[in-house]
This record gives sequence, C-alpha cells and structure tokens, in this order.
Amino acid sequence: MGEFIMENRVILAIESSCDETAAAIIRNGSEIVSNVVASQIESHKRFGGVVPEIASRHHVEQITIVIEEALKQANMKPSDLDAVAVTEGPGLVGALLIGINAAKAFAFANNIPILGVHHIAGHIYANALVQPMEFPLLALVVSGGHTELVYMKEHGSFEVIGETRDDAAGEAYDKVARVLGLPYPGGPRIDQLAHEGQEAVAFPRVWLEEGSYDFSFSGLKSAVINYKHNMDQRSEEISPTAVAKGFQESVVEVLTAKTLRAAREYNVKQVIAAGGVAANKGLRTSLEKVFAKEGIPFFVPPLKLCTDNAAMIGAAATPMFEAGIRGNMMMNGRPGMELKSWVD
Amino acid sequence: MIWLGIETANAPLSVAVVKDGKVMAEVVQNIKLTHSAGAMPAIETILANVGVKPNELDAIAVSEGPGSYTGVRIGVTLAKTLAWTLQKPLVGVSSLKVLAANATLFDGLICPIFDARRGNVYTAVYKGTELDVVIEDYHDHIDGLLARLKALAAPILFVGTDVDVFWDKIVGVLEQNAYRAALHEDLPRASAAILLASAEELPSIEAVHHFTPQYKRIAEAEANWLKEQKEQTHEQ
Ligand SMILES: Nc1ncnc2c1ncn2[C@@H]1O[C@H](COP(=O)(O)OP(=O)(O)OP(=O)(O)O)[C@@H](O)[C@H]1O
Ligand SMILES: [Mg+2]
Repeated sequence: MGEFIMENRVILAIESSCDETAAAIIRNGSEIVSNVVASQIESHKRFGGVVPEIASRHHVEQITIVIEEALKQANMKPSDLDAVAVTEGPGLVGALLIGINAAKAFAFANNIPILGVHHIAGHIYANALVQPMEFPLLALVVSGGHTELVYMKEHGSFEVIGETRDDAAGEAYDKVARVLGLPYPGGPRIDQLAHEGQEAVAFPRVWLEEGSYDFSFSGLKSAVINYKHNMDQRSEEISPTAVAKGFQESVVEVLTAKTLRAAREYNVKQVIAAGGVAANKGLRTSLEKVFAKEGIPFFVPPLKLCTDNAAMIGAAATPMFEAGIRGNMMMNGRPGMELKSWVD
Repeated sequence: MIWLGIETANAPLSVAVVKDGKVMAEVVQNIKLTHSAGAMPAIETILANVGVKPNELDAIAVSEGPGSYTGVRIGVTLAKTLAWTLQKPLVGVSSLKVLAANATLFDGLICPIFDARRGNVYTAVYKGTELDVVIEDYHDHIDGLLARLKALAAPILFVGTDVDVFWDKIVGVLEQNAYRAALHEDLPRASAAILLASAEELPSIEAVHHFTPQYKRIAEAEANWLKEQKEQTHEQ
C-alpha cells in the first residue's frame, strides 16, 4: 500500500493562500516542469506584515498571468493536463478564494478535474520533488503559521504528533526581528545575524511536559522582549547579533531535540524538514548533523521549495489524484482546514 | 454572438446566457450561499441547460464592482480566468449600473445603493433609459449622499435590497422625492450586465490579464499608511 504507479501524469497547481501568487506544472509528482511565483513581499513590507485585503487584491491582478507563465515555461497547452490542483486551506480566506475560483474556471473551461490540497501537505510534499519519500517518515513542518511534527506511515497518511501551543516558529522569528528593528520578513535577517554573532545571549529552552512533542515559542519571544526592555532601562546597547544568536540557538536546539526523539520513537526511515523556516541555515546544519550521526536519511528542500510555491501543491496533489480523490465546483476556501489523511 | 454574464458583486448571485440579443437563460438568487460555493455551479448548470459549451461562448460580461470586496473578486476571478483560458474578450460593467438598469423607465433619477457598513454606501445616480451618469460610482457616508441628493431636488428611485437599511433616513431627508423600487427590481441581473457590456467596444484578449475590480475604495491599511506618510512629511 501507499505506492502508486503513474504514467506521465501532468498536474497544474495553483497556490494563493498568503502573499505569493503561484502556479506550477508537475509531472508524475516528482518533476517540476515549470514553477512560477509572483511574490508580494515588496508591497507588504511598508505595513510590516501581510495585509489580507492587499494580498487578495494582488492575487486577482496576478492570477491569470502566473498561470499562463507556468504553461508557457512548460511549453504546454491545457489539453496536456490531467487535473488542476489548488490550495484549499489553511490560509487567508480572501486570498485562498482567488486561487480556488481561478482553478474552478480553468478546470471547467478545459474539462479536467479539480483537487483541493492542504497547504501543509504541500510543504511536506515539496520533498517529493527532490527525492522519493520513504515511509514511515517524519516531517518537521516549520513555517510562518505552523510548527508541527507529522508522522506519515504511507502516502496520504498524516498524524500530527506534536504542534505549537502558541506562536509558530516563523511567527516568533518575525516578532523577534521586529523587536530588533529589522524589516519584514525578519526570519532570514535573524538567521544571518545569528551567523555573524560570536557571543550569544542566554535565553530559555521551552521543553513542556516530559515526552511531549508539542512546542511553545511565546515564552522565548517574551524573554527576548524583556531582555531588550531591561537593557533599554539601563541605557545599555544590545548586541543584535548576540540576541539573534541566542534566540536562534534556543529555537534550533528544541526543534532538533524533539525531532530526533520522535524519529527514534517512531523508527522512521526518513526525516524531512519543510516550510519557510526550514530555509534556516542554523536549523538545517543542526538537523543534518544529528541525523547523519543517527544514521537516518535527512532531507530538506532547496530554499525556493521551502517558502510558499505551487510546485509543492502539485507534488501533494499527484498521489491524491492517483488515489481517486476529486474536488468539485462548490469548493470553498477553508482558512482553518485540518491536515487529514486521504487514506485510511 | 453568445455572451455569458456573471454578477456576484454583493449578496445576490446572477448568471445569464444571451444569444444574438435574446436571453436564453438567467439565474437570479438571493440566498445564504457563498459565491465561492454557488457561482461556478450556477455557471456550469446554466451552460448545460442551454446546451452551450464553454468554447462556444463569444464574450464574457462581469459586474466589476463596487460591492463586497470578496464578492467582486470571485466574479472577476471566474470571468478573467474563463476569458483568458477560452481566449474570449472580457467586458466589465459597473455593478451599480447593472442594478440601475432594472428601473430605467422611472421618470426621474435612479439611485442604486450597496451597504458598505458603518453607515457607508457605494452608490451612483443615473438618469433615463440611457442611464446617463448624474453622480459617478463612489463611496460615501449615507449623510453625505443624502445632502447631494437633496440638492438635486428631483424625484429619485432607490434600487437594491440594501436600500431598506437606510430607508427611514432617506425618507427623512428627501421626503416626497424618495421612491422605492419594486421588489423585482431590487436584485441585479446578469442579463443587464450583458446588455450594458454589448454596447461597449470589445477589448483585446490581451487586456484580460490586466482586468481589475473597481473597488471604488482604497484598502484600509493602505489609507492609514498614506495618512502616516503625509503626517511624516509634515513633521519634517
Ligand atoms: N532563514 C530563515 N530563518 C528563519 N525563518 C525564516 C527564514 N526564511 C524564512 N523564514 C520565515 O519563514 C516564514 C515564511 O514561511 P512560509 O512562507 O512557509 O510561511 P507561511 O506560508 O506564511 O505560513 P504557513 O505555510 O504556515 O501558512 C516567515 O515567518 C519567515 O520569517
Ligand atoms: Mg506556507
């Protein structure tokens, strides 16, 4: 079970859950034929974060251009496609609706099926575009809205064994960046500063109850805020590199330790990292090191497949399509959609 | 010439197919069903009913706003994507004008109203069978609109389901010059969108990519940001 045989399956995928308008064409769930992303980051920067209404407005402006570009780069026509896949949730509802309605109109006009994909399943399946997934598998999903450990015993089977109880890792990165006065999005900047730092400010590690695979980053975030506040009161300069290094060390240590413990307990054949924060150099290096020592293959997708893109949605949609799953024209945006297995 | 019309700018939904100047079918509904769930199935069904395949359409008309941001975007996204993938021209028409088109025989002025929350409205004023523009589509507080309407000193017919929200106030200010449209005139019709669109010159297929909704209102975050920028330049 869990295996699927494919013969030249070609899927057009669309993603618009947050601030990237994206379309991609994926062959057999593993080959990127084209991958187009129109980022809105420049527009949202002035607000210090993503503004939902602005995001939706940009999606409408970009959507057909991005889909056309994906077809053009792939040198394909709609008749070459087996299905159109689209992010159904979670995400910003107004943003999701643009991708969903474009997908519906495209599917209807070209008489092909439509599939709704979970955004986090997408992040996980970004790995299938790099090397075949081997089950049982453990995925560490670390993004702007999610921090989860997901156990997969086969394709389409997801068990969330741990998740954040408050802030997502990426959210904590962005908030700490704001405290340090860094521009949005702060994650990559903190990563860079952490590497430049020699000293590290000591911040706590939050482990929660013994044996728990859950995470909590709001305490760490508050510790950084308090530290800055105390230093300000004493009119002392803080060292942004030392704060970044200390913060990153705390995040990386907890993420690495829990991932390792889960990988052992569940006896997995492969560990993968996914989501925007998986782009983090400190986290990658740490996970690579422990899993090399442990002898469990560890993979993380290249940077542009870690952040939001449509290629990952196409990768997740392919085994769904093979399993006979189809959406319909009543599909709605599901901002709080849960990650559910599509196999028993 | 076969047109598909799409109207989802506010709570009501309408889709229509018009062939050679005749309405073949039209759906008009005002029920609690989101446009995301309702619009595409309605288009699918109406085309199946009239036996028209998507690639047999010659042009698409869409109600382009103003109205509910999400509602407008759903209609525009469907229309844009259909037009682009089928390589057919797309014509946008004002959602206020579409509603006003229900009542062109009124001997006076026609004022369609959409509730924009917190006492605000999207509105316009048209006149006669040609729907000549007296006040262009815009966003205003109801009090601001009523002051302008009072100055026009003419009979005005108010159209739209949202009129009820403001009716007492309207009558309070305009008195005997305020007229209320009949119930069958309150829901926008996609056939009217097609009628208005077919009077326009067909845009190029390339223009489809750059088609955008007419929100008639800047996003709140952007308005605040612009205000801040202005204040900063003042301080400097
Ligand atoms: N090098 C990095 N180090 C740490 N964080 C990073 C790095 N690069 C990106 N990030 C963070 O990743 C997040 C964006 O990731 P992603 O695009 O996957 O999230 P999202 O799509 O907004 O959220 P979700 O996928 O949960 O809906 C941001 O919070 C950003 O700061
Ligand atoms: Mg994401």
